[in-house]
Amino acid sequence: MSLWHKHAVFEKNSILLAIGIVVVIAIGGLVEIAPLFYLRSTIEQVKGVRPYTPLELAGRAIYVREGCYNCHSQMIRPLRDEVERYGHYSLAAESMFDKPFQWGSKRTGPDLARVGGKYSDEWQLRHLVNPREVVPQSIMPGYPYLAKAELDFRDIANHLKANRMGGVPYTDDMIANALKDMRAQTNPDDAGAADLEKRYTMKPEVGADGKPVLDKDGKPKMVKVSNITIRDFDGNPQKITEADALIAYLQVLGTMVDFKGYDAKANYR
Amino acid sequence: MSIPATTRSMSANEVAWSIAAAALAVFSVYVASQATDSGYAFHAYVFAIAGIAAVIAIGKRAVANVVVDPPQEIDSKPNYNMGPVKFSTIAAMFWGVAGFLVGLIIALQLAWPALNFDLPWIQFGRLRPLHTSAVIFAFGGNVLLATSFYVVQRTSQARLAGDLSPWFVVLGYNLFIVIAGTGYLLGITQGKEYAEPEWYADLWLTIVWVAYLLVFLATIWKRKEPHIYVANWFYLAFILTIAVLHLGNNSTIPVSIFSPKSYIVWSGVQDAMFQWWYGHNAVGFFLTAGFLAIMYYFVPKRANRPVYSYRLSIVHFWALIFLYIWAGPHHLHYTALPDWAQTLGMTFSIMLWMPSWGGMINGLMTLSGAWDKLRTDPVLRMLVVSVAFYGMSTFEGPMMSIKAVNSLSHYTDWTVGHVHSGALGWVGFVSFGAIYCLVPWLWNKKGLWSDKLVNWHFWIATLGIVLYISAMWVAGIMQGLMWRAYTALGFLEYSFIETVEAMHPFYAIRALGGGMFVVGSLIMAYNIYMTIRSGEAAEPAATAQPAMAPAE
Repeated sequence: MSLWHKHAVFEKNSILLAIGIVVVIAIGGLVEIAPLFYLRSTIEQVKGVRPYTPLELAGRAIYVREGCYNCHSQMIRPLRDEVERYGHYSLAAESMFDKPFQWGSKRTGPDLARVGGKYSDEWQLRHLVNPREVVPQSIMPGYPYLAKAELDFRDIANHLKANRMGGVPYTDDMIANALKDMRAQTNPDDAGAADLEKRYTMKPEVGADGKPVLDKDGKPKMVKVSNITIRDFDGNPQKITEADALIAYLQVLGTMVDFKGYDAKANYR
Repeated sequence: MSIPATTRSMSANEVAWSIAAAALAVFSVYVASQATDSGYAFHAYVFAIAGIAAVIAIGKRAVANVVVDPPQEIDSKPNYNMGPVKFSTIAAMFWGVAGFLVGLIIALQLAWPALNFDLPWIQFGRLRPLHTSAVIFAFGGNVLLATSFYVVQRTSQARLAGDLSPWFVVLGYNLFIVIAGTGYLLGITQGKEYAEPEWYADLWLTIVWVAYLLVFLATIWKRKEPHIYVANWFYLAFILTIAVLHLGNNSTIPVSIFSPKSYIVWSGVQDAMFQWWYGHNAVGFFLTAGFLAIMYYFVPKRANRPVYSYRLSIVHFWALIFLYIWAGPHHLHYTALPDWAQTLGMTFSIMLWMPSWGGMINGLMTLSGAWDKLRTDPVLRMLVVSVAFYGMSTFEGPMMSIKAVNSLSHYTDWTVGHVHSGALGWVGFVSFGAIYCLVPWLWNKKGLWSDKLVNWHFWIATLGIVLYISAMWVAGIMQGLMWRAYTALGFLEYSFIETVEAMHPFYAIRALGGGMFVVGSLIMAYNIYMTIRSGEAAEPAATAQPAMAPAE
């Protein structure tokens, strides 16, 4: 009986009530969220995951803008049918540079976590322009305007900077050359294509002592740690379109991790 | 002096608000001139116009000599400030109809994709966030603003605190809605479900929300009763928790102040956890705690009975808010979120069943001794059925949070059906009931213009919900089973597109159900309009609306 009376403390004092509410709601959030930032097992140790190139990042912004996540997930669950249908189940490491994450919550259309490389660029383009041309039963909206709209991301360097502030390891070099790199990725003959490839796929090799390995000339030895695709994604050399960027993004999805060297048991959580 | 006697000079408070509004307008014009994106420039101009409109409106108040400091009491009765409540009530009705209509459009698009017309602004991916935001934040949010400002005044027996601030809250909130909604159509979005508005809209909402909390708390401080009424606990929990969730999930780094685009501080798996901590508690605190407050005031009031159990409401309150916050990870079962977090999410989701049903029992049992009223009062019937839907969807939710069930239901339309049994049945109906109660009270009418139309609304909408949720159950479970079906030889039996094709009839039935819900809301809007315009005035004894009340 007396315990019920004690509750009057909260009922008579709005500030105590407010403090009580905040304390009670803080517990669950803290317990579930905070450990994800310090438990090292949260994100698996993998090879090959790199930050998005400027063109891919712009494509991702278009993916977000058009609300693709409303119908497409990017998260393959470790269930037999999903792995057979879509490929290896998704790892946390694969979205560690994703701001925001795009795992999604609904599959009105199929999962896209590993759509990269599954279809040709031309298929992707025609499917975006008119989905029912390639998949007659599809209920996806058509996006013909993406193939026409010129890619307008003059401030792409600022996008990289914002991502870096949020922890994505873009280098000064990547930021300084962002606009150039964005163009270069759509044309293998571009003068900047080789530099772009180097910037995003090569890293100084680190020796067992934790120090960079040097080559004959005393420079840090570079090794290839990931991949990049450089080509005219929309097949239209006249201009760089939004479709170029979006297809570049779709083609890289799920292709970064090198699963040959992946030890699933070591990363069991 | 040449100034007419009916004009007064501006109060210090009015001057301060005007300066803030003018500063906002000037800053917005500057931002618009440098904007990297035309949609963003448009939004900056909307802010500028809002700022100028605010200055004009405040100036007009002074010219019209509106009393700055209205008496707190007249004839020893509280001089309630119902202007902002009336505004939010009408806004809720408007946004409700608009949001349901957009829902109907996207339902039709899923059945007949040609309706996307290949246009950026009206394709499904942009309209779906418009629908969810319009119904949750525009409709639901205005219902919560209207009822919380009404309930806190009545249960505290005190006039709403502040002079201009309550107006800032309701108008500022609706400005946020306009910015958010038009942004989606223009492709301005954060890409996080139910948290799509970009950084500047989030910032604006933060300011409005702090003002909301202060107005609400300051009104409680003026109360005559020593005890804070139970509905106000729920409103307070809703306001505080939404503030915490909003700040946590929207921590973003803008590309620049001249760009609408921002990148969230968190990435990948941590962002996913933050998102569903937010997302599930937008359900738990916006769509549940806030609307339970409505239940705790309007059900007893309408049934003319006390709340069934005071102790149950204490247990219900603390258990609900403690457990709800843990439930988020059930949106991430079998994903790359670590298993321990998934297990916690599932466990607490199942436990959540108990306080949820405790609340339902407390609401339903309040009818003890007044069940006969369900036959004669269609508004009370709506309120009671809403509580029944609440019970149903808070059973279904914990069930779907079990990992084995979730492995089937996740990613399918079953989830959509579950959400709508809660959204249409619980949130929709309890809101309709509250608005049907509020309108005659606010506009001093004897009752609604037509009880018969309420009956029509009730039955059409209920049938619509039944069609909607059963179509989605069948569609979702079928979809889940087809995805995991194997042939005798051990191959996947269906290609993905075959499962899409199989959805068509159910998408059509769902659209029909949604259409009926829209028709019901149109009937309601007409009834509300007629009540305000030509309803029979209440007896003067009951009015107590003093002549000195400020014009609003």
